[in-house]
Amino acid sequence: MIEERPLYIPEQNIVLEHNHEIDPEQLDDYFKIDGFAALNHVLTEMTPPEVIDQLSRSGLRGRGGAGYPTGLKWQTVAKAQGSPKYVICNGDEGDPGAFMDRNVMEAYPFKVLEGMTIAAYAIGASQGFIYVRAEYPLAVQRLKNAIRQMEKHNYLGKNIAGTPFSFDIDVRLGAGAFVCGEETALIASIEGRRGNPRPRPPYPAEHGLFGCPTLINNVETFANVAPILRNGAEWFASIGTEKSKGTKVFALSGRIARAGLIEVPMGTTLREIVFEIGGGIPDGKAYKAVQTGGPSGGCIPSDYLDVPVDYESLLNLGSFMGSGGMIVMDETSCMVDVARYFMEFCMSESCGKCVPCRVGTAQMYQLLTKIVHGDATLNDLALLETLCDMVRTTSLCGLGQGAPNPVMSTLRYFRDEYIAHIVEKRCPAGVCPVHKHVQQEVSA
Amino acid sequence: MSVVTLKIDDRDVSGRDDETILEIARENGIVIPTLCYLEGLSIAGACRLCLVEVKGSSKLLPACATRVSEGMEVSTQSERLTHYRRMIIEMLFAEGNHICSVCVSNGHCQLQDAAVALGVDHIGVPYLYPNRTVDASHELFGIDHNRCILCARCVRVCDEVEGAHTWDVGARGIEARVITDFRTPWGDSDTCTSCGKCVQVCPTGALFAKGKSAGEMMKQSEFVQYLVAMRGRQS
Repeated sequence: MIEERPLYIPEQNIVLEHNHEIDPEQLDDYFKIDGFAALNHVLTEMTPPEVIDQLSRSGLRGRGGAGYPTGLKWQTVAKAQGSPKYVICNGDEGDPGAFMDRNVMEAYPFKVLEGMTIAAYAIGASQGFIYVRAEYPLAVQRLKNAIRQMEKHNYLGKNIAGTPFSFDIDVRLGAGAFVCGEETALIASIEGRRGNPRPRPPYPAEHGLFGCPTLINNVETFANVAPILRNGAEWFASIGTEKSKGTKVFALSGRIARAGLIEVPMGTTLREIVFEIGGGIPDGKAYKAVQTGGPSGGCIPSDYLDVPVDYESLLNLGSFMGSGGMIVMDETSCMVDVARYFMEFCMSESCGKCVPCRVGTAQMYQLLTKIVHGDATLNDLALLETLCDMVRTTSLCGLGQGAPNPVMSTLRYFRDEYIAHIVEKRCPAGVCPVHKHVQQEVSA
Repeated sequence: MSVVTLKIDDRDVSGRDDETILEIARENGIVIPTLCYLEGLSIAGACRLCLVEVKGSSKLLPACATRVSEGMEVSTQSERLTHYRRMIIEMLFAEGNHICSVCVSNGHCQLQDAAVALGVDHIGVPYLYPNRTVDASHELFGIDHNRCILCARCVRVCDEVEGAHTWDVGARGIEARVITDFRTPWGDSDTCTSCGKCVQVCPTGALFAKGKSAGEMMKQSEFVQYLVAMRGRQS
């Protein structure tokens, strides 16, 4: 069993409720924590529009990162012309430093599948897919086991719980491409094609899997569905901030005393997350920044530690909620090096379809490499900024549009570090190879 | 389906609501640069040259993939659009090894034409000088990856019109290349019918017929729209 950590401010668990109390491989254990109570209630006492209305009034927004209102998405798919309709759960978590969905799928497979089944009833789908990256074998095994047990107990399959509603779920495995987390690429991958994004619109809600109306939500979004329908929309809407309701699961990692998963109400400040729940920075080092939102996100410096964390405030700070990864950095991290790391990630994960992302990320990576080696000029920095704008504005999908974010946010808050590398040929954190160059020259 | 009226570059035009901005613009003689688009093939939205400004949208939209709607106001020319289009062309020149003077398509190359039309007189980003290969194993045709811009027209025409699906895209990002079969030499391909459609639709000198010297490769891609239209009439 994992040791419980002492809490300094209360976390609030909706997605991660009853942690450590149930066996994720036993359907009987799920019954003990009100498992399928929401599904039974929905199937026997609610019409699909009533379910969607509950979701809309709860204020739940997509937990994959962009924060699109979940109720609105369900309503759009429910009203879209075409048949059959599909439900897809996006479990292709791939951001560096993110392990929220992995834990949710491994510890609460029934809950995710119950959420999908409720969604299928609400939008009128009879087939669902859960797309999980193959690098999560335990999650895959537990989901497959949970699907088998649900079929046996008639919570999946024909005439669920004795009602006319039928629904099946299949697991699909990702083959290691980060871009398959993008919804149109994910759909192409399930269809058996190369996982390339395509222009939107048409959105999957209208033209999705095999050209049919398709609902795609993230793992954590689906995990919120059953609790909302059990406890009511008002209960959920009472948690969080004005525009971001409920809780968010974050994966804390990096230079932090207590790394791991936390779930806090929306609007909790970064200071509370990093210093109270996370226990602060170890070894007496000073806080420098926290990186949120993965390769499309940004770095938030100490001046903004008291900003409440929700979708809008993170965007205002030039970062992004993302799926919930938080990488904490102290004074020993070089922000140019961090930006270069994320650019390398985007460059190697770009699908190569559109020109700005395919070539632009490679060009930006080269420029950042030049900067960390102390070979760059101020002209290179200007070119880097021009490329950031061009790649962000003209790329086809979210991967390319978000790729310049780590550079732009570090330029916004830590421009002096770039200047130090370029003009003074010095890495303030002592990380980059430029530092060693200068020292060698001095000692020689 | 219904007919809508809209404005493109302050001109009143009309179109069906299942047509795209690009189709309506071309019908009315308004030029929007493209590289990956080819009439008769499916839409890729990959080259991003056809991005246009649409009033009310903060994002630039690809004209090839955006349907027209009633009251839409589209700008196809602006300083901002020219800036991005030039940069995209510069990206393509810097990405491959494009040496026009020795290229079979010199003078008949759509990349070259786009660069001239957009006034690209220098390349502002560093050349990447990638180490790319040439596959001359096919009896009639060859592919020089140094000149490939990954528009994937060859992939689409082979799959959608010829029905062979010999071509596809392998690897990803800056390493992505068009491949034949499972990345085997073109000459060994079991699926290739040697029809040559891929060569005719290639906008640059990447795909060529053997025996052509510099500047001699003339291509005819109009057959695609004719074939597709005639087949549609049959069914």
